[in-house]
Amino acid sequence: MGTQALVNDPFAVGTSVRIRPFMPPGHVRAPVYLRGKTGTIERAIAPFKNPEQLAYGLPAKEHMLYRVRFRAGDVWDKDAENPDDMIEAEIYAHWIEKMDQSHAA
Amino acid sequence: MPHDHHDHVSPSGHPYRADDDTPLSYWQTMEIAVRELLVEKDITTAEEINTQIDAMDARSPAIGAALVARAWCDPEFKTQLLADASAASREMGFDIGPMHLIALENTADTHNIVVCTLCSCYPRNLLGLPPDWYKSRAYRSRTVKEPRKVLSEFGVNLPNSMPIRVHDSTADMRYFVIPMRPDGTEDLSQDALAALVTRDSMIGTGIATAPIT
Repeated sequence: MGTQALVNDPFAVGTSVRIRPFMPPGHVRAPVYLRGKTGTIERAIAPFKNPEQLAYGLPAKEHMLYRVRFRAGDVWDKDAENPDDMIEAEIYAHWIEKMDQSHAA
Repeated sequence: MPHDHHDHVSPSGHPYRADDDTPLSYWQTMEIAVRELLVEKDITTAEEINTQIDAMDARSPAIGAALVARAWCDPEFKTQLLADASAASREMGFDIGPMHLIALENTADTHNIVVCTLCSCYPRNLLGLPPDWYKSRAYRSRTVKEPRKVLSEFGVNLPNSMPIRVHDSTADMRYFVIPMRPDGTEDLSQDALAALVTRDSMIGTGIATAPIT
């Protein structure tokens, strides 16, 4: 695991982020139910090789892997059992975009 | 013998399991072909494959239980475990392979539960093989959406005031829960404490069992 991605690490703990809403085909580790949802960075883990390339035997670039925390209410809206429960998932940097300050909670 | 419902129950009272008479799936055929080629080309041997299967079958939740019991007794170790669970496990002498492990602590204010919605990622090197229900579509899809209902079906009823953290094991990390230490266990040895740490309490679908008094 290299450290280059860490140097360019744009997401500090607590940063408000959104998971990109794309729906590409193939082996993708960003779950569909979290795409387009907003959360906060819970921790930065380490750079890992991109499974979307590894799965097909392609040369894989390293991406920083984060744990992102979501409020159940932000993911399931009115269907949440308790809107303040939390869902946390590992998301690769290329799936994460920083929220504009104007949109951040 | 008449084909009535008694045919489906053995003399021991257990239902007979249907014969596995379906043809091999595409991927089962692929697995056999690749395995036989690897052996034929001397890349591995049947013995090596069986040794690896035995090693995996030999792993059990006892490894995780020992970590939890020590964390209950040794605050410094608990701090290490929460900071880097892989390193803390290796320091205790457990060979967890290349697994990247995160420990999650249940407290009076938070209950943690682990799921893998995308497949069935599980800390096998720490807890052994996963239970069948962990791999079921129902557990995988419902736990992120209605964790309280799922927990109540496991007999764990949490007040609405107790926040739940659901951990979706989506990529390279594996998770286990440090359950809360049961009351009335102050005088128990670390080994006796480990016996209270169930597999489900480390997945988050259960709690550590109370000591027998």
